[in-house]
Amino acid sequence: MADVAIATTLSQETAEPARRGRPRLLAKLRRPLAALTLLLPAMTLMTLLLIGPVVAVLAMSLTDYQLGAPSWSFVGFDNYLELYGDRVFWTSLLNTLVYVAIVVPASMALGLGIALLIESGTSLRAFYRSIFFIPVMATLIAMAISWEYMLHPQFGLINLTLKSLGLPAQAWLTNPELALPTIAAIGVWQLFGFNMVLFLAGLVSIPPHLYEAAVMDGARSAWSRFWLVTWPMLGPVTMFVAIISAIRSFQVFDTVHVLTKGGPSKATEVLLYSMYSEGFEFFRSGHAAAIAVVFLAFVLLLTILKVRVIEKKVHYA
Amino acid sequence: MAMFELTGVRKSFERTEVLKGVDLDIADGEFISLVGPSGCGKSTLLRIIAGLEDQTDGSVRIGGDVVDGIRPADRNLAMVFQSYALYPHLTVFNNIAVPLRMRRLSALQRLPLVRWLVPGTRSAECGIHADVEKVAELLGMRDLLHRKPAQLSGGQRQRVAVGRAIVREPRGFLLDEPLSNLDAKLRVHMRTEIAQLHRRLAATFIYVTHDQAEAMTMSDRIAVMMDGNIIQIGSPDDVYDDPQDLRVAEFIGSPKINILEGATVGEDRALVLAGHRIPISVSEQAGRSISVGIRPEAMRLASSEGALVSGRLAHKENLGAEVLLHVDVDGQSAPVIVRLDHGGARSIRIGEMIDLTFAMEDLRLFDKAGRRVGAKAAQKELAYG
Amino acid sequence: MSTARGISLWGLLRHVLLLIAAAIVLLPFVWMIVTSLKPQSEIFLSEIRWWPERLHAVENYTKAFDRAPLMRFLLNGAIVTVTIFMLQVLIALPAAYALAKLRFWGREAVFALVLFCILIPPQATAIPVFLLFHHLGILDTYAALIVPFTISAFGIFLMRQFFMTVPDDLVDAARMDGISEIGIVWRVMLPTALPALTAFGIFSIVAHWNDYFWPLIAVNSKELFTPPVGVATFRNEEAGTDYGPLMAAATIIIAPLIIAFLLAQRRFIEGITFTGMK
Ligand SMILES: Nc1ncnc2c1ncn2[C@@H]1O[C@H](COP(=O)(O)OP(=O)(O)O)[C@@H](O)[C@H]1O
Ligand SMILES: [Mg+2]
Repeated sequence: MADVAIATTLSQETAEPARRGRPRLLAKLRRPLAALTLLLPAMTLMTLLLIGPVVAVLAMSLTDYQLGAPSWSFVGFDNYLELYGDRVFWTSLLNTLVYVAIVVPASMALGLGIALLIESGTSLRAFYRSIFFIPVMATLIAMAISWEYMLHPQFGLINLTLKSLGLPAQAWLTNPELALPTIAAIGVWQLFGFNMVLFLAGLVSIPPHLYEAAVMDGARSAWSRFWLVTWPMLGPVTMFVAIISAIRSFQVFDTVHVLTKGGPSKATEVLLYSMYSEGFEFFRSGHAAAIAVVFLAFVLLLTILKVRVIEKKVHYA
Repeated sequence: MAMFELTGVRKSFERTEVLKGVDLDIADGEFISLVGPSGCGKSTLLRIIAGLEDQTDGSVRIGGDVVDGIRPADRNLAMVFQSYALYPHLTVFNNIAVPLRMRRLSALQRLPLVRWLVPGTRSAECGIHADVEKVAELLGMRDLLHRKPAQLSGGQRQRVAVGRAIVREPRGFLLDEPLSNLDAKLRVHMRTEIAQLHRRLAATFIYVTHDQAEAMTMSDRIAVMMDGNIIQIGSPDDVYDDPQDLRVAEFIGSPKINILEGATVGEDRALVLAGHRIPISVSEQAGRSISVGIRPEAMRLASSEGALVSGRLAHKENLGAEVLLHVDVDGQSAPVIVRLDHGGARSIRIGEMIDLTFAMEDLRLFDKAGRRVGAKAAQKELAYG
Repeated sequence: MSTARGISLWGLLRHVLLLIAAAIVLLPFVWMIVTSLKPQSEIFLSEIRWWPERLHAVENYTKAFDRAPLMRFLLNGAIVTVTIFMLQVLIALPAAYALAKLRFWGREAVFALVLFCILIPPQATAIPVFLLFHHLGILDTYAALIVPFTISAFGIFLMRQFFMTVPDDLVDAARMDGISEIGIVWRVMLPTALPALTAFGIFSIVAHWNDYFWPLIAVNSKELFTPPVGVATFRNEEAGTDYGPLMAAATIIIAPLIIAFLLAQRRFIEGITFTGMK
């Protein structure tokens, strides 16, 4: 009897703190557990499909892995050394940079010019904005096919127009001198509408009283007002647009793959195209991974630059 | 039995301690206000009671049960937020119905479309409909039921937020500055409405505000919070008449209580104030400085021989029913405020000297640390202060 | 007087300049459509003919549909883009909510990881992902087209930024009302975030409808081709220089997006630029 009584009092005593302790622990864990459940799918996929592959591509670039080959081995920086000595790689890197160097300034100048023209009046703003935006979202592959026909040496609209003006026809896509600028021109056509919209947003955010102040200060012509007010006020937007355009142009692939396959004689060989043909046509994965790493490095560099610019903008704002 | 029982509740965010050991008992059906300057931890305390925040230490009991670790929704409390927190995409009807749907319908019964295939949905929805209508009737907003929150005025939104809280008949209501987003006139009106609602529902209300006037006008009891502690709890009259701490005295009452710098002198520890010896004996050692609190309405005009404090009239605020005099007194940093009835100081001009007096029992004395200090009339052994 | 005329003169010049520019920009579209209406004989002409003498539209479009499973390409495009977007939302929204509204240990680290993932261009990871899918044996399936894009770090970031602007009180009110954390994501956050989600949806669907690089790598069977790969293959294998049907096919491929764009121009422009600024 006495034992039972002691046992019950004991169990009551221990039960009390336990009842308090467990909910407290549960309460502590409930929020982190909820967060974990909500984040788990995203984190898993991020690891599997983004972080993992980046690590893998870095690792693969140090191997001689070939899809289908029975074995592979670690080769250190051989792939990079090979790239360093490879004329095609340098051509492809140079071509990519030339492409960027054409597309970025041209698409920005056109984008800004059209944006200024649209903003200089009030009628049909939305109409023009939409028209110039169409190439941005039209499927580039389909449009490349249309461009190919327009650029046809004999029956293409462009050469026919040149001929009717008494100018010589050109072999746009087969002349090594012209192929890359032609591809770049298509790139400009596709991209400038995007830049235009960004510039329009920048222009709208310039306070109108600054223009009034400029007029009071004697800036009579639209030209002088542009240099006094518009251009400095657009500064951060311009930097931003430049870097975004650079990142986008760096990824040029579709037009090259459909129109020139990197030719004629490597005149339009660009980085992503080299990576694609090494990795998915010749299945030299290690070699292609090294190109991918170079590509990634450039894009990351540009992105870091962009973050710097945004931070600066925040400072001035 | 107490409806809410907080013991030693502490809360830290990272390194800063926001609540420093709060003890609070709230009776069933009571209307209690937590009042204090903003940042003192009122909302945090309320959120801990609601279960939206976990305390770092201490315990919360509701109706006798420890609720630590119990989800907010399972505590059966309702909360009204300062920003009203209405679902912007739902109509007023659906806003009020949400807590009922979450309780009365199963997960399947809440799915769009599929819900109507589940048996019982229709009858449950009928019940919900009736309850929402009843609440809308009670709050006089039947014709608003099909609007979205964006189409409502601030006062109407406030009403919807209250409706959403009362519809499920919770054990208690938690209100976090529910009136501070309203304009002054509506705020005064809503005070009355909320007080009436409390009487009608006979439920426990915990009302957080930084506005002492709200707390004074509506509450059964007021808990004054400062820096993470409750420093005094009592009825509005208690807290007003008998502040235990200088901060309470200064926080409660508008215009603010006058605080004059005085000191204790001599063997009988008499109080010296603005050059006058006040015939009381302070229960504090001689030579100490004393803060002397006198409510503006306790100040009286005096003839020059009966004056206890004298000063120059700096400003007159005519409020219609009453007039406030701002009197600059030598040696005091802030002007002394005197509250007189309508027409009480018609003959006095700005810049004139005036003499003031007060009753000994209207003095509230505080030591250097702000603690209340007792005092006795020098001859008659009567306790003041 | 003179300023008024100056303004209207400038207004006129503005329209002239913009219309010329618009005409040049639209030329590839116009020429594509006009060519898709022409018979072969009028395509290979040594003169510019803006409108066919003999309308050959029916023949060209029938031929295009006969020789390539265009409807299948379009259907694949719809299946792939819509599935990608739905999965992106399903996965990104809870994560975005957790990052915006819950306090937990390691939140900053997770967010930093998300920011890093935004920087990764999809082409850079194509080789390992391809090999992974090869080993899993899911190359040349719908899964291969969809899975790599189910996680959108940018979507998480974007929605998190939006959720930060939703008042904490609303979330707490939902908790008081008895809605679970996952319920809050779908019943409270999703409806309030609809504008941002629409923008992201347009961005996502346009980007994946137009994507060429990954589908080119991931699938081989014609039945799985997305519109861009489909039309490119049609050109390489079937049409060659048979420009009439080829232009008809190209027109069909771009039509869905262009029509959607014309119906909701402002939303498209907002969506693509606002989200494209990453
Ligand atoms: N989630 C939080 N993280 C860090 N500090 C917080 C948090 N919530 C509140 N605080 C801090 O706690 C203190 C008390 O806040 P609160 O309870 O909201 O005060 P009150 O409602 O009395 O104005 C404030 O200093 C506030 O900055
Ligand atoms: Mg607060």
